[in-house]
Amino acid sequence: MRAYRALLHLFPASFRAEYGGEMCAIMAQRRREAAGPGAVLALWVGAVIDLFVDALRAHGDVLRQDLRFAARTFGRAPGFTATAILVTALGVGATTATFSITDHVLVRPLPFAEADRLVKLWESPPGYSRNELSPANYRDWKAMSTSFEGMAAFHTLSANLVGEGDPERLDGAAVSADLLSLLGARPALGRIFTAADDQAGAPGTLLLSHGLWNRRFGGDPAVVGRKVLLDDSAYTVVGVMPRGFHFPSRDTELWTTMRLEARDFEDRGDTYLQAIGRLKRGVSLAEARADMRLVAARLERQYPKENERVGATVLRLRDEVSRQARLLLAALFGAALCVLLIACTNLASLLLARALFRRRELAVRTALGAGRERLVRQQLTESLLLALAGGVLGVALAAAATPLVARLVPNSLPIAERPALDLRVLLFAALATAITGVGFGVVPALRACRDPDASGLREGTRGGVGGRREKLRSALVVAEVTVSVVLLVSSGLLIRALWRLQHVDPGFRTDGVLTLRTALPWPKYEKTARRAQFYEQVLGDVRQIPGVESAAYISFLPMATRGMIQPVQVPGRPPEPAEDSTVSLRFVTPGFFAAMGIPLRQGRDVGESDTGDAPLVAVVSESFVRHYWPGEDPLGRQFLLASRPRTVAGVVGDVRVRGLEVSSEPQVYLPSRQVGDGNYIAYAPKELVVRASADPARLLPSIRRAVARADPQQPISNVRPLADIVDAETAPRSVQVRVLGAFAAIAAVLAGIGIHGLLAFAVSNRAQEIGVRVALGARPADVLRLVLDEGVRLAAAGTVAGVVLAYAAGRALEALLAGVSPRDAATFAAAVALAVLMTVAGSLLPALRAVRVDPLTAIRAE
Amino acid sequence: MVADRAAEADALLPLPAATLHILLALAGDDRHGYGIIQDVAQRTGGELKLSAGTLYRSIQRMLEQGLIVEVRERPAPELDDERRRYYRITAFGTAVARAEARRLTQLVKLARACGLAPGKA
Repeated sequence: MRAYRALLHLFPASFRAEYGGEMCAIMAQRRREAAGPGAVLALWVGAVIDLFVDALRAHGDVLRQDLRFAARTFGRAPGFTATAILVTALGVGATTATFSITDHVLVRPLPFAEADRLVKLWESPPGYSRNELSPANYRDWKAMSTSFEGMAAFHTLSANLVGEGDPERLDGAAVSADLLSLLGARPALGRIFTAADDQAGAPGTLLLSHGLWNRRFGGDPAVVGRKVLLDDSAYTVVGVMPRGFHFPSRDTELWTTMRLEARDFEDRGDTYLQAIGRLKRGVSLAEARADMRLVAARLERQYPKENERVGATVLRLRDEVSRQARLLLAALFGAALCVLLIACTNLASLLLARALFRRRELAVRTALGAGRERLVRQQLTESLLLALAGGVLGVALAAAATPLVARLVPNSLPIAERPALDLRVLLFAALATAITGVGFGVVPALRACRDPDASGLREGTRGGVGGRREKLRSALVVAEVTVSVVLLVSSGLLIRALWRLQHVDPGFRTDGVLTLRTALPWPKYEKTARRAQFYEQVLGDVRQIPGVESAAYISFLPMATRGMIQPVQVPGRPPEPAEDSTVSLRFVTPGFFAAMGIPLRQGRDVGESDTGDAPLVAVVSESFVRHYWPGEDPLGRQFLLASRPRTVAGVVGDVRVRGLEVSSEPQVYLPSRQVGDGNYIAYAPKELVVRASADPARLLPSIRRAVARADPQQPISNVRPLADIVDAETAPRSVQVRVLGAFAAIAAVLAGIGIHGLLAFAVSNRAQEIGVRVALGARPADVLRLVLDEGVRLAAAGTVAGVVLAYAAGRALEALLAGVSPRDAATFAAAVALAVLMTVAGSLLPALRAVRVDPLTAIRAE
Repeated sequence: MVADRAAEADALLPLPAATLHILLALAGDDRHGYGIIQDVAQRTGGELKLSAGTLYRSIQRMLEQGLIVEVRERPAPELDDERRRYYRITAFGTAVARAEARRLTQLVKLARACGLAPGKA
């Protein structure tokens, strides 16, 4: 019988208390009547099954009853209900949105088979930790390392696709034939590359991304086997990759095989390959790093000159996210958790107030025989119901916010553009909701039911003013103010950082400048003269377009391309370490500096006369002069580039090639005609810069016609205003600032609501006391002070704690602050001012209500 | 008032099988829980055996609905000295049972008219 009694615990306690004894009696009776061990066994089996089923149903009965009751109470207090739901929705929505993006970018495995075994390999020459590999080092690493199941290489490429509609510039990757199988990728159509594809002399083969296949080939399955022209070479499409396959980045639209010939392996300094590896099963990252250290050391001994101090960096493919992107997301997630915390405390505070308000109702129900368990359960059902409604609304909010937060997904990762709102995210939202509902509903419920004595029934009983409950609520309000001050300061600091960056002078003027790319294919444009002819014709035509002020070509636009550096040497100076003697190298056509608005400080621009037959000249930046000839006249001086002397003909202002936040190498500009045929292929000018007084976008059709007249097969790509390139520098930041600012605003409003709720409740509870005071001669100012004192005390405590924590948060964010001090006084002052404002706003209504208390009515109620 | 009562009774229809059987069991005499179970089993020829949990869930609801009331506790004759709770059908409970019986009769008539139940149409 003891077992049966224990099983009765499956039932709701109230039911058990009421009918447990009866049920045991029935069971005992039946056992007495059961004849023989077989019948007793059958009785037990049946009884146990019945108990489980009935207990479940009994819980269902209670739930239905509680839900009905809750619906009625909510209907009677729509203001409370709406506030509670909205508060929860904001908390759950903020955390869910940031969780989905953080998880997508930082946590979730990459969409490749056994992605945790995939690593990226880099050379680490002095001064750099992640440099591309030379083909020779790649070959040797692959042969000598023992930690990898496989190693594969690729380099990105852009190619002109001709035929099949307008010529188009496409981004792709040339990969070693084993790369796709190393990733575990499978084609959606056709086949992936095989070992035969990257042999020298094999026919060119091509794989299309799902997007390109749909966009350019209309999703036609017969595309496999079709021949296309890429940069004038024939390729056969052998397959289409599935939707959602991205490698190495989301922009990659096609893949060809990379062919390495004997001469590619000659120069170990010619680094342009990226390599990935798949760790053998059971090999840790640390072991692979140790292995690669040995390999690099052996190669350094073997090639002491070329591989001097060249190490190997091994990183998980998953960790190819910049530290800044990581910190940015971590900051957002932290902020979202703060919002959730504030939302939770607000909900708890609301429920506490309500529980006090309902003391009488609870006392009546207790008197009528409802057990404490029953009352707690009823209240928990209510808070869970509120949280659930808030959670559903929150998920909807998160879904609505996805397009905004999706802009925080870095382009460089092989993952989808937008985080999916999938089961994982929904589970997280459910968890956040459950914690909100249960965690912050239990305490109020328990407190409300702690002493179900009859005191609540007495006429005129006042609520627990100054009691422990008020203390708890006050503590919650202080916590809310603290967290909102932290968020206000953090977002304030980041806003300052954003402003500072937006006011950094990039070194050129963006207004009225349109840029676009005409990447000239090889071998068609191998000869310098052929290219010069193209530039001359295009630029000549473009300059004729009404509204165009100037136009020119350059190899790479600043900020759009940050690298492409070369070592230089100045005769008579001792050779410097590699990291101090590199310059940012660009080839330009005459008029580039005028088109970009880069000031010419000394000497002259490159000119039409700077041809291959003329003396080799260069225009250098001021920082170049400062580095090599400080305080001297640089004009006419010479330096060596690729062992050939160049004479400085002009000096221009510095440009932030590497972006607004970092310093750049000194810049060297060479005339585009002074490149030998077939030299510096990658540096051939391809970016057209057009400065216009008219709206640059309106010029585009005329520019397109000019390019088509020069070469009808030449595509145009990457059309964008120069301003967009600079704005892209700060775009992730401005999204972050907007999201964080929204969080801070939500937090401040919630804290204000919290203060309002607490004071409003206190005033209605103390109406009698206030009435007595007024009757005894208290002036409105005294009453006002009585109420405001409370609000100000709480806000002051929260603000002080918030300022201390905000400083700590600022220190953690320092890498994102672009030089703004985490102690920035203006920001702190503004945040504190906002906190004060919020306190005043929250206290105003309750204070006014207190002043308007009519002493007669208040005392009569006593 | 009478009309209200009838409307209230109709609102409870159709009754769950267990509820109707408990009302039938109490129609003749006050009974305690085990007595109800035995009576229902007997009346249905062992077809319906109420479990203790189902019985008391139904009783709880029927008490709330006012179909039955708990009468005094008194020792069950067959259970030595243990005191058991007894239940009695209320006037409202009788009205509801009647209404349900009427509803079922109506239903059977309709079924007969379509030849789906034995007996005269």
